[in-house]
Order: sequence, then C-alpha cells, then structure tokens
Amino acid sequence: MLDETRIKASVTALSETDMRDGKVLTIKWKPKLYYAWDNGIAIGRYLQELKNGRIIAKKCNGCRRIMLPPRMFCELCWRPTDEWVYVQDTGTINTFVVSHVDWKASRIPPGQRYYTPAVIEIDGASKGMGILHMIDEIEPYEIKIGMKVKAVWKPPEERIGAITDIKYFKPL
Amino acid sequence: MGFRRVAIVGAGITKFVRRAQETPKELAFEAVRMALDSCEMTIKDIDCVVLGTAPDAFDGVHMNGEYLIDGAGGFRKPYMRNFVGGGTGVFAPIQGWYHVASGMFDTCLVVAEEKMSSCHPHPAGAFLTIFDHTTEQPLYPTLIWIFALEMHRYMTTYGISKRDIALVAVKNKKNALDHPSSQVAEEITVDDVLKSEVMAYPVNRLDISPTSDGAAAIVLAAEHVANRVTDKPVWIDGVGYSLDTAYWCTRDLAYPDYVEKAARMAYEMAGIREPRKEIHVAEPYDPFTYKELHHMEGLLLCGKGEAPQLLVDGVTQRDGDLPICPSGGLLGVGNPIAAAGLMKIIEIFLQLREEAGKRQVPGKPTCGLAQAWGDLMQVGTVVVMRR
Repeated sequence: MLDETRIKASVTALSETDMRDGKVLTIKWKPKLYYAWDNGIAIGRYLQELKNGRIIAKKCNGCRRIMLPPRMFCELCWRPTDEWVYVQDTGTINTFVVSHVDWKASRIPPGQRYYTPAVIEIDGASKGMGILHMIDEIEPYEIKIGMKVKAVWKPPEERIGAITDIKYFKPL
Repeated sequence: MGFRRVAIVGAGITKFVRRAQETPKELAFEAVRMALDSCEMTIKDIDCVVLGTAPDAFDGVHMNGEYLIDGAGGFRKPYMRNFVGGGTGVFAPIQGWYHVASGMFDTCLVVAEEKMSSCHPHPAGAFLTIFDHTTEQPLYPTLIWIFALEMHRYMTTYGISKRDIALVAVKNKKNALDHPSSQVAEEITVDDVLKSEVMAYPVNRLDISPTSDGAAAIVLAAEHVANRVTDKPVWIDGVGYSLDTAYWCTRDLAYPDYVEKAARMAYEMAGIREPRKEIHVAEPYDPFTYKELHHMEGLLLCGKGEAPQLLVDGVTQRDGDLPICPSGGLLGVGNPIAAAGLMKIIEIFLQLREEAGKRQVPGKPTCGLAQAWGDLMQVGTVVVMRR
C-alpha cells in the first residue's frame, strides 16, 4: 500500500499568483539559434515541382504504391523507389479539424478565421496517401470528410519552392 | 523463451501538479525514495537504473537523462535513458525488464520524470519540431491538430458521437477522485465536456489531459530477489512495443495498428490467447478521451469501433466486467508524460496486489495490462502483469 499522505505532500504546487507575486525565483533564457535544413533528394524535387505549380510523387515497383510525399526509398519494401510520377492537384479530405488554437496552443484572436488543417488524399497517388494542408474558401464548420478539394496556388512569381506555394485547398 | 522472470516489488509516485516548485531532479528523487522505501531497499541494492523522460524541449535541457541522473539514483551505475514520446512511461519498464530478464542484473530501478511547466507560453509549442521540417512545419501544426484529425477520422469511420466519447472524461475524472496524486479529478457530466471550450473541433478542453509536473518510480527484481523482499511480487509476463511509419498522413488513422502489433507481442509472451477474457483490468493510454477507446480496440479488448458501446454499457467502470483506467488515467490524475505512463504500470501493480484502496476493482484480478502511446501517433508500448 502506498502512503497517501506522503504522496500528497511530495510536491509543492505553485499557482499563477505565486509566479506573478515573485514568491519563487525563475530563470528565463531565449536561445537564439536557427536551423538550415537540407531538403534531400526526394523532397528537393518535390519542392522544385511545387514551384512549377505541380505535385510530383514517386512510385515503388515493389508494392506499386505511388507515394506522397515522394521518397527515395520505400519504407514498406525497404528498397529504392523507381519512377517519378506527376499527380493531380485535387484530392479528397480524409479528415480535418477546426482549430481554435495556434501552434503554441494560444487562442486565436476574435475575428480571425479558425485554422482548418486536413489530411488530403491526393488524386493520382495511391489510396490513403495523404498530405497535411489547410482548407479555405469555405466556412470552417461546413467542411466535410470526403469532400473533393483543389489546390489554390500562389502566383508563380511568389513561389519559392515550399509546401506553402500551395496557399490552401478549396472545395471543388 | 530463455528469459528470467522479473517482478515489480516496489513503487513510488509524487503528486501531479500544473507547476511544481521542485526541479526535475527533486521530483525524481522523491519518487525514487518512495519506491525504495515501499520495498525496504536502499539505492545500494539497485544494480542498474533506467530513466524515462520525454522531449528535452520541455525542460530546455539538452541531454535531460544526464541532467536527471543524480535525482534518479543512477550516478555511477549502468544507466540508460529512453524516450518514445508519450509511450516512454511504459517503454522504460520494458527496458528495465530486459536488463533483469537477460540475467545481467538482479535489480533495476525504473524512473520516469516530467516537468512540462518550464516551457512557455505552453509546452505544446515544444512539439512543433516533431513534424517534418520541410513538408509540415511551415504549416505550423500542433499536437492537438493531429489528435483531433485522428479522433475525427475514428468518429467518422465507425459513426461514433462526441457524446459517447465524452463519457471517458466523466468516468476517468471521477475515478481520479480516489487517487492521491491526482491533479484534475472532479465530478463532471457529459454536457460539461461538450460545453467546455472548443480547442480544435472535435476536441474540447475536457477531452484533453492537463500538462503536469510529476515523477514515478518502480523497482524490478529477478525472481530470487523478489521472493526475498516481498510476499506479493507482481510479475511482468509480457512486453511488447512497435513503432509505425513517421509518414502519419499515410496511415489508417481510425485504427492503431502498431498498438495491436505491440499487444500481440506481449500477449504471445504472456501466453494470452483471449485478451478479452484473460485481462481483468487495464490501463490503456488516455491523453485524450477518444484514445482510451482507440487503444481498447488496438489492444484487442473489443472489436473495431466497439469500445464506445462498452463504455456506454458501464462495462469499463471500476465495478464493470472490464475496468478501464481505474486510476483515473491521464484525464483525471494528470499527464506528466513519462511519469503518467509509469503511473499506469503502478496502478496495475497495486490492483493486482489488492492495495489500490478505494480504487480497488472487485473480483481479485490476477492479470492486468498497462499501455502507452506517443511519438508522432506512432508508438505502442504494452506490459502484461500477473500476480
């Protein structure tokens, strides 16, 4: 049997007030670092094609999957992948969310549109091959799973070779 | 299979709180001291130490395992830190198990610690970098999104309502009223859950476990030592773990296949053929309400899409046929990531020893299971225990 009294006394709980009133000391530190990530072979080509306004996938002749995002190796067959294959910029919503919080879990200010991320299965890729992207041009709570969507691209001069060259997907 | 039998002989756990004044080392020290005292051992009786703690980014301390070594009692002993995100708390005892089962060590102390409160404005932000840096991070995803995406897919695939899923929070927060460590135990209703703030539809605030600070520890021993130090050893009879692909958008989000793989590995080792009959009490991982149900299915405790009905029928209540999360789970006791998983191991340990007090499930259970889950929704860790 564990000692309940001891457990309850084992930790000193602090409240927001304790912090604000300076009853405890804390150290703050903001690291000033940044990362320069290499895109690699497969994703490098993927981004280059996004800049061209196209989505490219890679095929594995082992399992015959057309994979998105493209990969130089197939994680199922554990072998190098084969051809590059252009796929559509349309797809189907596998699942989506209406998010009232941002990446830091902070509430979105009143008036700002809720985030509506979705897993989108891209046409031309194998069944179940989804990518994460955002849905727009529809009221957040009117989005439905199974809805057909199409990419809305940035104008060519604004594209930089990034996943954000697609602004979002809109209902087809 | 050539393994030595390994028993849990002692356990310790701190209270879980939103923000503790104690440092991570101090939290770990408290849990370890309680675990050693519970089986009348000292740190000198410990041959090796396994530590579980989740992302370094919570603490802002790189090599957090090394930082924690003194509080964890691992100083100048064979020491190993492990981390599989939320799955860590049940992964750490698995690693402790093979230290002893292999014959290399007779005793192993397993420590799990988490202090999430140091990270501001919210520890959720520390998870941004678990997503692919090129194809996902530029969209600023957050963990709540991927869980909400998974929950939504699960609901749609099986036609499950938010109302049914909300019952998990009602059950677990109520169970936690009887747990001395609990942070967010309360009596609530389904309507309270449904009316709580929407975080990311379909996830409301009361569908989510809190962020927490806390620590837990257990002592593992080989059979000859276990029989010497306690009359009530609880044996680790099966362990399983499996990690799915990091291409999470490619997975079937309605079913945790990797949890099934981990469960099958543990069941085979434990000689369990019919988990629904042979598991008497279970602590599946419940950081979100739907996850308890998702995991019951992955653990083969019911068919796909059937867990909500068992919940509605009261089967998973503490006095039901298959008590699920009698501790109060992460939703009620709290969620200091790694420590929360080990809390589940400790709950099954206490249940099988019939030492769970007010939380004790009836029927003298002889076989129980704890499971955790995490990383990019991709790891399942399972431990089957018998008395």
